[in-house]
Amino acid sequence: MIGGLFIYNHKGEVLISRVYRDDIGRNAVDAFRVNVIHARQQVRSPVTNIARTSFFHVKRSNIWLAAVTKQNVNAAMVFEFLYKMCDVMTAYFGKISEENIKNNFVLIYELLDEILDFGYPQNSETGALKTFITQQGIKGQHQTKEEQSQITSQVTGQIGWRREGIKYRRNELFLDVLESVNLLMSPQGQVLSAHVSGRVVMKSYLSGMPECKFGMNDKIVIDKQGKGGTTDEPGKSGKQSIAIDDCTFHQCVRLSKFDSERSISFIPPDGEYELMRYRTTKDIILPFRVIPLVREVGRTKLEVKVVIKSNFKPSLLAQKIEVRIPTPLNTSGVQVICMKGKAKYKASENAIVWKIKRMAGMKESQISAEIELLPTNDKKKWARPPISMNFEVPFAPSGLKVRYLKVFESKLNYSDHDVIKWVRYIGRSGIYETRC
Amino acid sequence: NMTSKYFKNQWNSEIFELKAELNNEKKEKRKEAVKKVIAAMTVGKDVSSLFPDVVNCMQTDNLELKKLVYLYLMNYAKSQPDMAIMAVNSFVKDCEDPNPLIRALAVRTMGCIRVDKITEYLCEPLRKCLKDEDPYVRKTAAVCVAKLHDINAQMVEDQGFLDSLRDLIADSNPMVVANAVAALSEISESHPNSNLLDLNPQNINKLLTALNECTEWGQIFILDCLSNYNPKDEREAQSICERVTPRLSHANSAVVLSAVKVLMKFLELLPKDTDYYNTLLKKLSPPLVTLLSGEPEVQYVALRNINLIVQKRPEILKQEIKVFFVKYNDPIYVKLEKLDIMIRLASHANIAQVLAELKEYATEVDVDFVRKAVRAIGRCAIKVEQSAERCVSTLLDLIQTKVNYVVQEAIVVIRDIFRKYPNKYESIIATLCENLDSLDEPDARAAMIWIVGEYAERIDNADELLESFLEGFHDESTQVQLTLLTAIVKLFLKKPSETQELVQQVLSLATQDSDNPDLRDRGYIYWRLLSTDPVTAKEVVLSEKPLISEETDLIEPTLLDELICHIGSLASVYHKPPNAFVEGSHGIHRKHLPIQHGSIDTGESPVSAGPAASIDQPQVIPSQGDLLGDLLNLDLGPPVNVPQGSSMQIGAVDLLGGGLDSLVRRMYREHSFLWFVKVWLPAVKAKGLEISGTFSRRQGHMYMDMSFINKALQHMTDFAIQFNKNSFGVIPTTPLAMHTPLMPSQSIDISLPLNTIGPVMKMDPLNNLQVAVKNNIDVFYFSTLIPLSVFFVEDGKMERQVFLATWKDIPNENELQYQIKECHLNADTVSGKLQNNNIYTIAKRNVEGQDMLYQSLKLTNGIWILAELRIQPGNPNYTVNARSKEIDRLQNAFDIVQNIFKDILHP
Repeated sequence: MIGGLFIYNHKGEVLISRVYRDDIGRNAVDAFRVNVIHARQQVRSPVTNIARTSFFHVKRSNIWLAAVTKQNVNAAMVFEFLYKMCDVMTAYFGKISEENIKNNFVLIYELLDEILDFGYPQNSETGALKTFITQQGIKGQHQTKEEQSQITSQVTGQIGWRREGIKYRRNELFLDVLESVNLLMSPQGQVLSAHVSGRVVMKSYLSGMPECKFGMNDKIVIDKQGKGGTTDEPGKSGKQSIAIDDCTFHQCVRLSKFDSERSISFIPPDGEYELMRYRTTKDIILPFRVIPLVREVGRTKLEVKVVIKSNFKPSLLAQKIEVRIPTPLNTSGVQVICMKGKAKYKASENAIVWKIKRMAGMKESQISAEIELLPTNDKKKWARPPISMNFEVPFAPSGLKVRYLKVFESKLNYSDHDVIKWVRYIGRSGIYETRC
Repeated sequence: NMTSKYFKNQWNSEIFELKAELNNEKKEKRKEAVKKVIAAMTVGKDVSSLFPDVVNCMQTDNLELKKLVYLYLMNYAKSQPDMAIMAVNSFVKDCEDPNPLIRALAVRTMGCIRVDKITEYLCEPLRKCLKDEDPYVRKTAAVCVAKLHDINAQMVEDQGFLDSLRDLIADSNPMVVANAVAALSEISESHPNSNLLDLNPQNINKLLTALNECTEWGQIFILDCLSNYNPKDEREAQSICERVTPRLSHANSAVVLSAVKVLMKFLELLPKDTDYYNTLLKKLSPPLVTLLSGEPEVQYVALRNINLIVQKRPEILKQEIKVFFVKYNDPIYVKLEKLDIMIRLASHANIAQVLAELKEYATEVDVDFVRKAVRAIGRCAIKVEQSAERCVSTLLDLIQTKVNYVVQEAIVVIRDIFRKYPNKYESIIATLCENLDSLDEPDARAAMIWIVGEYAERIDNADELLESFLEGFHDESTQVQLTLLTAIVKLFLKKPSETQELVQQVLSLATQDSDNPDLRDRGYIYWRLLSTDPVTAKEVVLSEKPLISEETDLIEPTLLDELICHIGSLASVYHKPPNAFVEGSHGIHRKHLPIQHGSIDTGESPVSAGPAASIDQPQVIPSQGDLLGDLLNLDLGPPVNVPQGSSMQIGAVDLLGGGLDSLVRRMYREHSFLWFVKVWLPAVKAKGLEISGTFSRRQGHMYMDMSFINKALQHMTDFAIQFNKNSFGVIPTTPLAMHTPLMPSQSIDISLPLNTIGPVMKMDPLNNLQVAVKNNIDVFYFSTLIPLSVFFVEDGKMERQVFLATWKDIPNENELQYQIKECHLNADTVSGKLQNNNIYTIAKRNVEGQDMLYQSLKLTNGIWILAELRIQPGNPNYTVNARSKEIDRLQNAFDIVQNIFKDILHP
């Protein structure tokens, strides 16, 4: 198990040091500093073995978090724990910075005592922790016996991520479907690889212990219903369903139920959390098509023409569009003409950056550039890196649709209809590249 | 030193101030003071002198202050054991506190104070806490048992805490169950044989129930524990798999990997090709792919594990190669791992895409990554024959870039391609030669030299090229020196007329001016070969090379199976068994994949780990090569596969050296006639034990010269050897003299003296010998042919008169006539060679221009064989007439004798 946990600043000065196991000495703190933080070479692995001691590290801005062990621990668990610890700290005091850590070191020690016992990770859900680890540190005294046992049963209970007795005047929930669409396209317009990785993020402000059921146009579910003949418009819903390659869920989701019935049911944590992640590769709506044309005119000139076409409903607007056209290292000058937006040659980035604020669906726009090259005797040919694109669109490129999110709370007197629900779809470019 | 003194004084005054503040009447002041103390402690300042003052602050109802004091205590109690006792009362009292949070805090902290006296006081409170009404206290107490066990294992057993812990597995609260499982699992690691966890179907059921309800961490503890269970049959295995599969959708990657581990292990128990088996295999792929969208550190852990999984079960991810394509922004450690897996998954179906990717990678910035990409292109050529041409042209493009390390790496892989596809791509040699001057790395120089030597006949100025390397011979690395030596000998054998001087020069550099024994030995071997027998030299040095393997860097199967049992853990990240990096008792216990019970389909021995595993899996290239192959090739750094990195494989390299060394020794020992060492018992058939050897006859005694090599990962002891009855009554004179255990990757050479006084049973063929070798693992059998020449006794020289009489005596039916073809030796050499093998020349006559040799030999069992050899000038074919009285007893022995003559004269 984890033998110790250290937090360092960028200079390698230790800010927090908590040792859980007798086999980890103070020298371990120095070993990591000398061998990893102060190492000349770039980090070659997030796991380092120094003198039979293994160090796992993650970095957040310029803060290093390192877990140490001398045993054959579950490596994935150690990293997941470090991530979790970052989440917990962020939830308590915001950004992980040297200043925040120094100002909250007592709190951090208290948290470390609670979420890691003898190196075994314990309940680390912020919702539960906040009920009894507070920055005031005085809650303990004023609790009634009832409150105390409520805390402990929550921390150890089946629903460790939510406390009892939450009350809101207005029951409200927000669902964000956030997708990142990735593409690699050949110059001829052939899709070499494309996938969408999506997340469903939920903000819930619901009273009591609500039981929720989430439904989307998952092909497996729709097909099943189609067979049963229960769908109202079988033809339409069948077409609009999507094939999900894989998905993972927040620990609140009953996985065995998903496995057997493919239904997503859960009692949500309070506030914001990530309900699920998913990945699709079939029938992706590619919001933009990039058509490049590069012509080498002699040895000292390149002519580039790039057309982008938006491929979605004309009523929708894409935003924050940016096209990045790489230029050779020996570029001496660039002249650009674009129909829409602004384009600039950025010498330091070896690229022409073309920005368009907004663009409606089913439109196209074009940029042409003349690139002057310095003659070189470098035999190595310019590798022509791909043209990359950034954008944001108000729909889910995977085609995912939220069909319902039902809320049941039998003990309190509000029903599914009383809950105000908001759904938003945002599709962003991941790595969206076209070779030229 | 004024400054340090100043700081020391300043620190002393700080301590003094802190002391005052700790004793301040105001609670808030005291709390602030303790905070300062903890801050000083964190940065490594010694605040132990404040111990009594801090402990004084313990008696407080302020929980935050209490926790700070406890933190201090955990750090310094060990250095101040006497004063730590002061805290005991407070702990004992807190363990009775009505607030469960305080009870738990007390028992949690007490377990962290490693002072014997305090530990004694801990027992009673702990006993109560293990039965506390509040689950939060119980889950904390469960972990405390593990803490106490770490301090005083005996006490934990004596006090019955292990039983209490076992009871907690049936607790109603899932988190208590999970912590109890974690504690028991860790404790049982130091008692590998005790059945501490008592995993029976009832308990397994309890764990599976808790699995659905506990925290993500608890799920990891339970899954890791489940993976150590051996289901009694396939039905149980399947029902556990069914209940574990839903975990594959968990957001926590460690839960997913631990579930994968359970499934990978239990798959071994499921009958193949059933619907369930295939569905399960299909279910494993998407979650593994999803792990790659996590944060980079988790991606790295996942990739190291996927690397194992694709070696064990390539079918799971064979369709998914695209997800391993490298992204520009991946950290370098992710890039390198992805590349590794890409090569493993490359196949005819996806090679075009893979190559396009690799070509892109070869233009990146990171040197290691670029080199690996270039190497990967070479691997593709070797793995997928259809792509070879495209790979070669890609490599040529890369060579044109003139980027130094790219060129060098490309040349190294091109050598391998030449070996895989001889006579196909040699047209590019000219291009390669252009880059000769830029090569400054030993690997690349050696590769280039090898190519020049191998294709010397096609390179007009091969002699000049090789000569240019010779100038700085002594500054070259051993690898380059050895390759250069071999290359020049090859050149000499191909173009003897022009290169005599060159070969003389290199032989003298190697044998006379070098301190390196390997180099000298190899030099002497060549020298001897070239000077005594150029024909043989040609056959040996220019012999056909063994094919090179398609897969490289594969993990040895037994290690792979063990690592599969450690999926998700550090062992799977390092690709090493836990005992390679864990000290002490933890992790010494080795894990094995479960074995299918009562299987219908296999008659195999159960230890072959996994039915049909040996068929499905690519054979690991014996990095030691077979010794025969190495002798023929005599390139120390065989291009086949250079084991990389891990210390585990370094042993194998040593072995190679050892193998060659012992061979060289044996060559010197047997002046007479060299029977090449053969592998008698390959490691795959003997659970890692490899025996190679030869028979010899020295000073009138027979020996069985053997090399025992341990290719398994455990040590081997208790060796013994036995022979079946055989035609010549051969038995060992002494027992096998192996007194020390044979450690992994170690080899031992043994010369076992033999005699022929054992029971006789006629074998077919006559010289067949069946051998049984036993060690602590098992008994293994092999059979081998004893070269008849070792049965030729030293007193086989018949009196001239007796010879004549006997010859006449033997009826003509007992005569055999045959020819030895293509023999270019003169009568005296023949006579000498035969005599070295105890075949004596009784008389030599010259009849009508032809040499007649009369030979006699005697076998250990008293049988005489007489022969007449006729050597005609200008005719390389000799005629042999052999006669023996005991033809009935010999039967097919003649065939063998015939071969012996051939072999001796014409190896």
